[in-house]
Amino acid sequence: MGTLYAIFVDPFMQMGSAPDLLVQTLWEGLVAGVLYALIALGFVLIFKASGVFNFAQGIMVVFAALTLVGLYEKGVPAWIAVFLTLGVMFLLAVTIERVVLRPLVNQPDIILFMATFGITYFLIGFGESLFGGNPKQMIAGELGLPRGAVEVKMLGGFVAFQKIDIAAAVIASAMIAGLAVFFQYTRIGRALRAVADSHKAALSVGISLNQIWVIVWFAAGIVALVTGIMWGARSDVSFALEIVALKALPVLILGGFTSVPGAIVGGLLIGVGEKLGEFYWGPLIGGGIESWLAYFIALAFLLFRPQGLFGDKIIERI
Amino acid sequence: MFYRETGQFKTTYQADMAVFPIRQDRIGLAFILLVAFAVIPFVGSDFFISSVMIPFLVFSLAAIGLNILTGYTGLISLGTAAFMGVGAYSCYKLTTFFPGINIIVLILASGLVSAAIGVLFGLPSLRIKGFYLAVATLAAQFFLQWCFVRVPWLFNYNASGAIEVPQRLVFGVPVTGALATPETRYFVCLALVVVLTWFASNLVHGRIGRSWMAVRDMDIAAELMGIRLLNTKLLAFAVSSFYCGVAGAMMIFLWYGGGEAADVFSIRLSFNILFMVIIGGLGSLLGSFFGAAFLASLPTIMKFGLPAIGVPLSGATAEHVTFMLVGALIILFLIVEPHGLARLWQIGKQKLRTWPFPY
Repeated sequence: MGTLYAIFVDPFMQMGSAPDLLVQTLWEGLVAGVLYALIALGFVLIFKASGVFNFAQGIMVVFAALTLVGLYEKGVPAWIAVFLTLGVMFLLAVTIERVVLRPLVNQPDIILFMATFGITYFLIGFGESLFGGNPKQMIAGELGLPRGAVEVKMLGGFVAFQKIDIAAAVIASAMIAGLAVFFQYTRIGRALRAVADSHKAALSVGISLNQIWVIVWFAAGIVALVTGIMWGARSDVSFALEIVALKALPVLILGGFTSVPGAIVGGLLIGVGEKLGEFYWGPLIGGGIESWLAYFIALAFLLFRPQGLFGDKIIERI
Repeated sequence: MFYRETGQFKTTYQADMAVFPIRQDRIGLAFILLVAFAVIPFVGSDFFISSVMIPFLVFSLAAIGLNILTGYTGLISLGTAAFMGVGAYSCYKLTTFFPGINIIVLILASGLVSAAIGVLFGLPSLRIKGFYLAVATLAAQFFLQWCFVRVPWLFNYNASGAIEVPQRLVFGVPVTGALATPETRYFVCLALVVVLTWFASNLVHGRIGRSWMAVRDMDIAAELMGIRLLNTKLLAFAVSSFYCGVAGAMMIFLWYGGGEAADVFSIRLSFNILFMVIIGGLGSLLGSFFGAAFLASLPTIMKFGLPAIGVPLSGATAEHVTFMLVGALIILFLIVEPHGLARLWQIGKQKLRTWPFPY
């Protein structure tokens, strides 16, 4: 009885008695969710266009952020470093397409999946030998990102909003809107959607798959850079991010592998659910449940909707 | 020239169905076993045995476990390390509960505990498959790893959170603990691996293995043909987790000899074992050994081999280069032969059969 009370009643009592704390937790969750959503977005872009489950997205985030900071430390002005990093991400996209994807065309999914593991390992080794394994400070101030917090008086208490988090949310929304416009209204965007629908049909009307793949991997690289900047501004730039990036996987499950809105909604849901769970239910079983709660939320969800929130319905034939 | 089955007639059904139908293969296998049992322990140095051979054997067993699940049944799992961890921790608990029982029995029993947990986490596989399932198994990985840190009962409430491997004797010889020699530990590992491989070989060549492969190739069709998906998939999870659990118990008790086990059984280990399976060859027991040999020995070779031939590498750089090299090799192998080293071996054997007159 006591346990049931502690699980089903007490957390809600806490929420009701301190609404400002609840708002703060929700906000933290949403902020974490934006970052998960951004990583998941990179996954979805690539999965839609090439059917490759790109495990390397997490490490691409780290790699982009490290390149940016590394270039800045070499004395390159901050904004030029951003453009140079974009150049590096483009080179990476071209290289991956040439060296990894093209020879592996038409292989089973798991083989391509493993190949992205190879890319991950290679980038970890490459990044560490270039930039060292130590955490670095993100050059948030130099890029004009705001610092400090806004305290808002509400619900009988104070809720602190970090300015950088607000900036992250705004930039992420702007980027998603930009991507949506790009997909919907440009020639390349239409080609991308065609490829996502059917590779063969796209090929037959003269769309170059190789080109599309480079573009998509580059788009994922841009998303990775933005994610890296935002994430790095909140904590440090280090390879620890790689494990956090795995959190994008439950987000994908929740949202569906092929849906951009799904990635965003899924990211926010996972972020909020995880923070609420950790804050209100975590102490009951010893804390630290953030590491696996997201997966369980996704798993429980999968049992009812195997294709995710917005995913295409799975139809199987023999 | 030497590798040719001319003149070896199969006169019975049994002979036709044999796992090693060619006499040269059987001789080769006997030779390898002879070397493994009778030559390596007496010729190899302690270093070679404890940091090359024992890791190889442990990883081989774990790779066989994952291969049963991923290669034979087609269910991708990223929770291998967690199931190995379950084996290690339950072996530790069993040694505290039953100090008098033979440690080898306990290692096998801890595999059974791991199998039970594996079945539990295998349940979602009935609803979901493919990459969705891979992510679902990540839930097992992170949840179980959290348990290894946060549930003090698992490590007997000691302050460090580490597993202390007690000393246990088998026939009066110390097998685990500080006094056990590398040779004894190697013998125990080898015996376990040989017996369990033989068992796995019989499983995958028999009715159960066929039903696994049918599920892998197309589960709906398999179901229509009368294979019960529930039983088959859960059995695959159980057997796979059993092998992983035994490998995990061996890892801590016969290789590491105790320590902070929670960090060992991290997601990285899961990935490494998946690499072994893919590089070795999905759906091939031999491939599991190839993959394990390749990936278990690579770091050691990089660490000690390169300085020996005059390439100076500091510890950190060596680690980075190893990472790069592993990544590059994974991609290279996938491009050259997506079906793994086992397929290369097969192709080589086929060439050898007709050599020197291939037409």
